[in-house]
Amino acid sequence: MSSALECHNARKVFYVKRERKNGSILSRLFARLIPKYKMVEAVDRLTFHVEPGEIFGILGPNGSGKSTLIRLISTLLLPDEGCITVFGHDVVKERFQVRKLINRVSVDAAFFKGLSAMENLSYTARLYDLDKGAWQDTAADILERLGLKTDKLHEPLEDLSRGMQQKIAVARALLTRPLLLLLDEPTTGLDPVSKKEVQDFVLEERALRGTTVVLTTHDMQEADRLCDRIAIIDYGRFVAMDTPGGLKSQVSPNGEDVTLEEVFFALTGKRLKDNGKPENGDVR
Amino acid sequence: MVLVLEINKELRRSYALVERNFNLIKRYLGWEVVFMVYTVVNTLTIAFIGLSPDGSGQDKVLYLVVGALLWGFLSVLFHEVAESVQWERWEGTIEYSFMAPMRRLTYLGGVCLFAAAYGAIRTVIVMFAVVGIFNLDLSSANLLSGLIVLLLSSLSFIGVGLMAATLPLMSAEKGSQAAHILEAAILLVSGVYYDVSVLPAWMQNLSLISPATYTLRAARAALLRGASLHDIRSELLILLATGVILIPLGLLVFNRAELYAMRTGKLKRSG
Repeated sequence: MSSALECHNARKVFYVKRERKNGSILSRLFARLIPKYKMVEAVDRLTFHVEPGEIFGILGPNGSGKSTLIRLISTLLLPDEGCITVFGHDVVKERFQVRKLINRVSVDAAFFKGLSAMENLSYTARLYDLDKGAWQDTAADILERLGLKTDKLHEPLEDLSRGMQQKIAVARALLTRPLLLLLDEPTTGLDPVSKKEVQDFVLEERALRGTTVVLTTHDMQEADRLCDRIAIIDYGRFVAMDTPGGLKSQVSPNGEDVTLEEVFFALTGKRLKDNGKPENGDVR
Repeated sequence: MVLVLEINKELRRSYALVERNFNLIKRYLGWEVVFMVYTVVNTLTIAFIGLSPDGSGQDKVLYLVVGALLWGFLSVLFHEVAESVQWERWEGTIEYSFMAPMRRLTYLGGVCLFAAAYGAIRTVIVMFAVVGIFNLDLSSANLLSGLIVLLLSSLSFIGVGLMAATLPLMSAEKGSQAAHILEAAILLVSGVYYDVSVLPAWMQNLSLISPATYTLRAARAALLRGASLHDIRSELLILLATGVILIPLGLLVFNRAELYAMRTGKLKRSG
């Protein structure tokens, strides 16, 4: 059986405008000689694969390339170099096939916030041409498992809490029964209870349906709890990739008990705050 | 048979956008009523310009009303299609809509279906309000010709709208601004409230490339003078040809712009 996800030498470069500071006439004239745009390697020749049913974590600070990688897999970005396949389908040449197999939850629960949860789910169901009777049953099952009260499902999403919105985002992604679920910081900003409920649901979904999951996060406990393997990304490159236990033993050969936070610091020289920003502020 | 099933499937998917947008109208119904009242009042104020103090000038009123109603319909059509991408960007849903396994033709078809239905409903409501207040005489109007003009001009406006919809894909903010400028330019040169012959020569040249010019000329001939399809055949042919050329061209340009946005990372919420 082919890998759920294969990424070979994938590279994505962006050209971003340089900041031009006000200064003396001479320094401003000199600045004009420098190109207006600078090149940023968002994803720098990454090679990895994810097995079917695996939960693969990508751990890194904001701006390290996590979301760019997810968007490359989601067919929303074209890689500049390399090749990415989802269950054997190329994300560039077979976009349509790949889109049938994937779905995604992003850090911001992107909805038509004036619409209710059910109206948003209905929109998704129609886009994916899901059978009307079947999708409503599936949605009811998922929403119940996520602990969402049915009386809230007909209220505009803008009136619901962030935790509830994010749970509905998870329900929307799973409504289409994706073989590969891309979770881009799905629990950022959630309260501890909602965070645990979403994490439990991801584990349950994998156990029930064998869903493959790629999870990006800067939450070390979350990565430790959910992931079979973890890649640590910094400046668009994987600086390490192993099981949580394997990563810990890399920095603690004597078998001392270390946390993923310590692993991350040892491998990147950075500590993460709750919002994903490294404490030394070294974010591109 | 397979083709019929496939078309049926794509139509069901297109309906996703129609249903979504009508749900949004229901949600903000209060605002919709406000906009509707404003449009009716705006059309009435334009129509009153044509009325003389002695109550004569019904022809002028009808001339202005036809312009206002047609522009009301065509501008809604253009605006809804041209702003579809920008709207998804504002809502933050662009990535979800664009990563669905749905042909772009189906997506844009849904956008156009909604735009046509929404524009038609608004126009009919305004028309009833204006005809009722001015007691306009439409006995000599050729309504069939008027309807055909409306259908054919919808095609060309959808084509122009599709091309304008690509602008926000290429530049998140400036693209939308450019679409509004294009809309304003069409309003200026197409003779919506006046005959294009009153325009300066250079503007008259521009009016020749606006599909709205032919729409208004043909619609006024049909509704004011009862012109038959045969009488307005040259305008109808121009509108048909414009639609046949602009819609595939619009789709092609849209696909190219989407690839550009995917290459440069602009297919995202913040642009």
